[in-house]
Amino acid sequence: MKTFGGQAIFLDRSDINTDEIIPAKYLTEITKTALKPHLLEDLLLDGQAFDAHSQAMQEATVVVSRANFGCGSSREHAVWAFEVNNINLIIAEGFARIFRQNMFNCGILAITLEKAHIDALFALAQKGAVTVSVDLTAGRLKATSGDAAYECAFPLNDFDRELVGAGGWLTYADQRY
Amino acid sequence: MGQTNVGKTIAEKIFAAHRRDTPAPGTEVISLDAVFCHEITTPIAIMDLVEKGMDQVFDASKIKAVIDHVTPAKDSKTATQGKIMRDWATRHQIKDFFDIGENGVCHALFPEKGFVRPGYTVIMGDSHTCTHGAFGAFAAGVGTTDLEVGIYKGVCSFRSPQSMKIALSGKLAVGVTAKDVILAIIKKLTVNGATDLVIEFTGETVAAMDMSARMTICNMAVEAGATCGICPPDRITAEYLWPFIQGEYANIEAAVADFQKWHSDADASYVSVVEMDVTPLAPQVTHGYKPDQVKDITEMAGTPIDQVYIGSCTNGRIEDLRAAAAILKGQRIAANARGIVTPATPAIYRQALAEGLIAIFMDAGFCVLNPTCGACLGMSCGVLAEGEVCASTTNRNFNGRMGKGGMVHLMSPYAAAAAAIKGVITDPRPLIGK
Repeated sequence: MKTFGGQAIFLDRSDINTDEIIPAKYLTEITKTALKPHLLEDLLLDGQAFDAHSQAMQEATVVVSRANFGCGSSREHAVWAFEVNNINLIIAEGFARIFRQNMFNCGILAITLEKAHIDALFALAQKGAVTVSVDLTAGRLKATSGDAAYECAFPLNDFDRELVGAGGWLTYADQRY
Repeated sequence: MGQTNVGKTIAEKIFAAHRRDTPAPGTEVISLDAVFCHEITTPIAIMDLVEKGMDQVFDASKIKAVIDHVTPAKDSKTATQGKIMRDWATRHQIKDFFDIGENGVCHALFPEKGFVRPGYTVIMGDSHTCTHGAFGAFAAGVGTTDLEVGIYKGVCSFRSPQSMKIALSGKLAVGVTAKDVILAIIKKLTVNGATDLVIEFTGETVAAMDMSARMTICNMAVEAGATCGICPPDRITAEYLWPFIQGEYANIEAAVADFQKWHSDADASYVSVVEMDVTPLAPQVTHGYKPDQVKDITEMAGTPIDQVYIGSCTNGRIEDLRAAAAILKGQRIAANARGIVTPATPAIYRQALAEGLIAIFMDAGFCVLNPTCGACLGMSCGVLAEGEVCASTTNRNFNGRMGKGGMVHLMSPYAAAAAAIKGVITDPRPLIGK
């Protein structure tokens, strides 16, 4: 099974949509790797263009964001764009249904946390770079920044756990139906 | 969720009739009556199935496919996407495959062909699949992996459905449309207000709407986060579908009576109930980059526009073209603006020609495009330049949606046509039939 965690990038905005994650003009690509340079190309944070090619972004394997992450278009390209940029975990206060399902269908972890936990993670990021580790069996997540740390439980239903274990929905469905 | 409530919603009834598995409490795998496919999200599913030695379809008669997002192909990449679809449809003898000459925007074309019926379960790799809930079906947009499994196994997983009821009362004023209703609803709910819920649209206003208007409101349910919009199927549904179902029922009354089984019970449970009187509603318009940023159009009046786009799965049907033409007849587009109209299907195009609507658009100075998703998502023709503004009948105003640095204002066909002749956002009501 994949391991989930690593250095986090923080996207401090709700309702980040899949057009911002990967603009439609790149949906003519028929390989996932072709999406790599275009991740978050149209993202605006505080009305400003986000630098998707920063050092922090290059090093990140975890994304932390706010409510309704991945809303809008159903394009799984949004999940693939993260995947080919080595993002293996997205933590948010909430996800749009299709985006969240696409994550688990690809065997990638999407963790939903209460706002208080998300606020605590953003607060931790004020101290410096944050590294996240996940214990899938125990359902616990730990974020550290230097000497400071924040730990909490996260919910994961049995179906989502099995999808992650199987490496995605196609394998799961092929074995079961 | 009191235990005394034993009644079921439409969505719960559809799930009960299609349940294949319950892999975890609260998660259901349902069998699918139709899997819809288009050339943007399907080719990667096809290629993955081929690569894994699983190139099969669960039932070729239940797969409906179209090339609609970029058609005719604009470059080698989109030509390849079309070719993958074409070869696949041939290989698996998918009879209902719509290519150039017969193709149109999926969510307008497939209802026209009678592919959606009350009680059906439908998925497509397209978020606006929720449109088909207008027929009393559970129709949900999904990603490519769900689509792939749908094609291969004919099943899909969902959370056990939880519904929000939106009860609409009152009569729409002249110049106020289903588009204005759904924009007002999204404003009220916010873009996250119905996430992971089914929205059931009910009440006298919905009962009075034709199928085109019902499709418009269900189409944008996803903009509030909903999995599906659903309207209770009734006589209007039966009349629309009659050419396709007449072999199954003695008469329309029998169909209407049968459709009752896809109505929610009086004691069904809802997560929430929202009531709205549409009588005082004014034409609506979005501002900003989220579809819940909505104002009365009078508040945005005078905002200059560069392009007008009339089309899409939201508002590219014949009723929409008639509405726009009622304002454009005998008028010219303003000097600062350009107009594009895209009838959503060949049948709509043909009907618009027969009714003289195309001549009205052309006389006004509009460019008439072939049926395609076109400018809506900035994938092919009609892309905005940096800093340009579009008055659009489409469904999304996200940053970059119609082109990097462009601004899209969502509105009704009346309002878009009014913007075209004035060159600014304006209240369309005084211009109707002038």
